[in-house]
Amino acid sequence: MTQVFAYIVHKDGVADDTTLELIAAAKKLQADAQVTAIVTGSGSDLDAVCTEAAASYNEVLKIDNENMAYPNAEIIRALLLKIIPADGILLVPHTTFGMDLAPGLSVKLDAAFVADVVDFEGLDGSNLKLVRQEYSGQVSTHVSCDISSGAVINIRPGAFAPDESKAASGSVVDKSSEAQGLTAKRSYLETVVAEVGDVDITKSDVLVSVGRGIEDEDNIEIAQELAEAMGADVSCSRPIVDSKWLEKSRQVGTSGQTVKPKVYIACGISGSFQHLGGIKGSPFMVAINKNPKAPIFQVADVGVVADILEFIPEFADKIKDMQ
Amino acid sequence: MEILVCVKRVPDTAENEIEVNNDGSDISRDDLVYSVNEWDNYAVEEAIQIRDNVGGTVTVISVGDDESEEVLRREMAMGADKGILLSDDAFNGSDGKGLASILKAEVEKGKYDLIMAGAQADAGAGQVGGMLAAMLDLPYASLVNKVEVIDDKKLKVGREVEGGNVEMNDIELPCVLSIQTGINEPRYVGIRGIRKVASVEIPVRSASDLGISPDTVGDAGSKVKVLDYFVPDLGEGAEMLEGSTEEIVEKLVELLKAKGGIK
Repeated sequence: MTQVFAYIVHKDGVADDTTLELIAAAKKLQADAQVTAIVTGSGSDLDAVCTEAAASYNEVLKIDNENMAYPNAEIIRALLLKIIPADGILLVPHTTFGMDLAPGLSVKLDAAFVADVVDFEGLDGSNLKLVRQEYSGQVSTHVSCDISSGAVINIRPGAFAPDESKAASGSVVDKSSEAQGLTAKRSYLETVVAEVGDVDITKSDVLVSVGRGIEDEDNIEIAQELAEAMGADVSCSRPIVDSKWLEKSRQVGTSGQTVKPKVYIACGISGSFQHLGGIKGSPFMVAINKNPKAPIFQVADVGVVADILEFIPEFADKIKDMQ
Repeated sequence: MEILVCVKRVPDTAENEIEVNNDGSDISRDDLVYSVNEWDNYAVEEAIQIRDNVGGTVTVISVGDDESEEVLRREMAMGADKGILLSDDAFNGSDGKGLASILKAEVEKGKYDLIMAGAQADAGAGQVGGMLAAMLDLPYASLVNKVEVIDDKKLKVGREVEGGNVEMNDIELPCVLSIQTGINEPRYVGIRGIRKVASVEIPVRSASDLGISPDTVGDAGSKVKVLDYFVPDLGEGAEMLEGSTEEIVEKLVELLKAKGGIK
């Protein structure tokens, strides 16, 4: 049987949510899989993470080295090359770290690589069938992957329901000696925390959120008018910030803010997973989009197929008339 | 600084609704509007700005068919100095590793200080830059949204990480960077700019020019293959409001009042 490994992301002594998602993914991959967790880091925080991981994994490899206090993908890649066997399968969360680490690692391991996997649909010999998405989630694909010489598979956070059984009571094995003498041509300096803007959208109850469908900077105004009429705040998706039409602090998504409103009105937003990943707490979601096939309609509570440039002003006028 | 930027011609998702074709073998490609991958356009802009600051040349490169030439020309109209097209029927159906190995073959013929690619393209894998770096044994940083040239041996780069935070790193040259959108404001390319580069020759290299054995790339050399396309089913789906705009607005107002969305 192929050995399955999972790379554990953690912060401040707490394992990331993806820890329980990767074990769920591993079991979907192979029902009786013996799964080894790999925990890298430095200092006393590491033991708490290892104990937490051992509740769900058969085995936990602990690698404690001051070189790994911050996960530098280049150093972790060199370490994993020494740990993962030739035909092993490594599951990595498809986070900004996973994206940095995994493609190059697969080359060095001479293993197959599949990014941003949302589901497994069976293993037939050395042929693994997976599900992923293309074009920002507008279409899905079945993908086959030849795992005969191993595989590195990046798993989309949130795609697999966490396995909460915690029935493994695995052993923790110290592999810190493997981390000796690893060097990198890239070095971590510091993390610059995003600036807080004039409005803190993470505290907003109602958000009017605009995406590409707004088409032009001058049109942002109509969303502001709607938000004002509703007593809401304006947020947005990534392309709006990339175009510098709104400040970064108003961006909802994995690379922006995580919001927990009661009501979320998505205007001209297609609904990529990076955007949806920033919306928590199951708000009542209204989607307005002129593309009836936009993925946002699959997750929204209520949908309107319309051009937001025509619909939003009418909607705002109606609310103003009532007041 | 000698800079190489990898670009790809893709369906423009801002201009098209992407749909699955009749037999699910591909997306429906009739009447699609193609353009340069958005991430790559930011990478080219960044390369041009670096060159304008420190000198050197910017070369744009693409793996694709004849039509990818128009994308290379567009990026040359932006300001890239040279274009190279890697094109061969044997390249069709290459997975990420196949594409990276095709690019590697050409990169090794030149001497580049900095290689850039978009952080992702149409398939959303974000893999070619990291694979190319590993094949060339060069350091790599992904999702870069800030580049500062320290000297001819080192860059300072910011990576966009979760929560909009920026992870700052020193990275030695030569290196490979994957560029995130928003790093700059790509310049506008007008018709006149395109005309200016219309007659510039863009060399085309085949598998044999590159010394690539056809069975190591393309469909034959791929471990990862797309089997079919389908429409994702993410949930029950929204209740769609129908009727005249006035009727829809009325219903929406009622719903939002009930949910506390209108104060």
